[in-house]
Amino acid sequence: MKFTEEHEWLREEDGLIVVGITEHAATQLGDVVFVELPEAGIEVTKDEDVVVIESVKAASDIMAPIDGEIVEVNDALADNPGMVNDDPLGDAWFFKMKASDPSQMDEYMDEAAYKALIE
Amino acid sequence: MSDLKTLPLDALHQDLGGKMVPFAGYSMPVQYAAGVMAEHLHVREKAGLFDVSHMGQCVMPLAGDAALEGLVPADVIGLKTGRQRYGLFTNAAGGVLDDLMIARREKDLFLVVNASRKDHDIPHLQAHIEGVQEVTGRALLALQGPLAETALARLVPSVPSMKFMDVAEVEWQGVDLWISRSGYTGEDGFEISVPADSAETFARALIAMEEVLPIGLGARDSLRMEAGMPLYGNDLAEDISPVEAGVTFGINKVRRLGGDREGGFPGADRILNELQNGAPRRRVGLRPDGRAPMRAGVPIFDAAEGGAQIGVITSGGFGPSIGGPIAMGLIDAAVPADTTLFGEVRGKRLPATQTDLPFHKPDYKR
Repeated sequence: MKFTEEHEWLREEDGLIVVGITEHAATQLGDVVFVELPEAGIEVTKDEDVVVIESVKAASDIMAPIDGEIVEVNDALADNPGMVNDDPLGDAWFFKMKASDPSQMDEYMDEAAYKALIE
Repeated sequence: MSDLKTLPLDALHQDLGGKMVPFAGYSMPVQYAAGVMAEHLHVREKAGLFDVSHMGQCVMPLAGDAALEGLVPADVIGLKTGRQRYGLFTNAAGGVLDDLMIARREKDLFLVVNASRKDHDIPHLQAHIEGVQEVTGRALLALQGPLAETALARLVPSVPSMKFMDVAEVEWQGVDLWISRSGYTGEDGFEISVPADSAETFARALIAMEEVLPIGLGARDSLRMEAGMPLYGNDLAEDISPVEAGVTFGINKVRRLGGDREGGFPGADRILNELQNGAPRRRVGLRPDGRAPMRAGVPIFDAAEGGAQIGVITSGGFGPSIGGPIAMGLIDAAVPADTTLFGEVRGKRLPATQTDLPFHKPDYKR
């Protein structure tokens, strides 16, 4: 698993990259009440805002961490946004991407480096 | 952030794991460990303690009541001893400079004004009224919720005899407390002014009780929105009249057309005329149809496509007790009450249904 400075995580699974937010991010956001997901099938570029997430306090954006195609989104989040707080690293993934350039993953932190960042 | 002022209960907030944010120049807890949602629901179910010491407190002589009526459309002269009333500072254009609470006590009038406006309000009062003094050295707490009376009565046995908007000065362990039965949550409860050096002991005595959880500013905002209560700077402003904002309860009968002390406050011509003939805009409650919150600043339309903007969201977010997004907006008064409105969120017009305020009906002890 890799981590971005924007507090997103990336995990390789069956040749796709699954993206979510970290527990630290979920705690900072507070109770999530709304998630707006992109359409599956769109091409996105790194750092493009692709998901809107609203907590009781404020709205924030989730960026595409790499270039590629969004091949699947987690529709369960639309009906149950609170999953983001309950299980940010598991069930509450946001989308799966087909990476255009898998080497873009390399720039991101491993778990130890991320832990050091948030401490 | 070294220029941020701290409150008398700062150490307690830190101790309780409060997440501190800058608010109106003060370092304030936006939430504690439980989070906004749980804190909000706890207040509706049991009782919560809020630190609102950032608000402005001041006292003035009883003889200044007539002069105060020159600044607010409330009936101050007719306010009975031991009672409190909602007031509005108006401006010459008929807008609102701030809202406030006015209490008549045995020896003085006690006023509470908004934190963000106290640097304006206190000089404003002093310019028109003799002997207005800011109260410094006292914290202000709010204990709110259906079990607030039960909790506070353990410390102050006389509070069950107080009714909504009663005020009392009582002693607790040699400390003088100024208590009003009022709040900003749509729940029964109390607001308590306590000397700063006793504030932490008093607050700890309350939060040690099983019913009482400390509550941050986040839940304070969602609670007041569900209660349909306006926030100065959002739903109330210098360019919004009290009639437009739907706070006509701040204009008492004796100050209205035909009353014994008709008018006599800034902007009376416009405000009294609007009371008779209607205002160009009105404040509405909105329930967005989907899950997306519509927050302050979102433009409102009366059609899914095209047409001119007919209003703007002034407060909005998620209502934990409602289980969905809620909002209040200021719209063109000519728009019928059954028209579906559309808030433009991130470029998309999302439907919302106009609803009566409040979203959550209060259960005050009258």
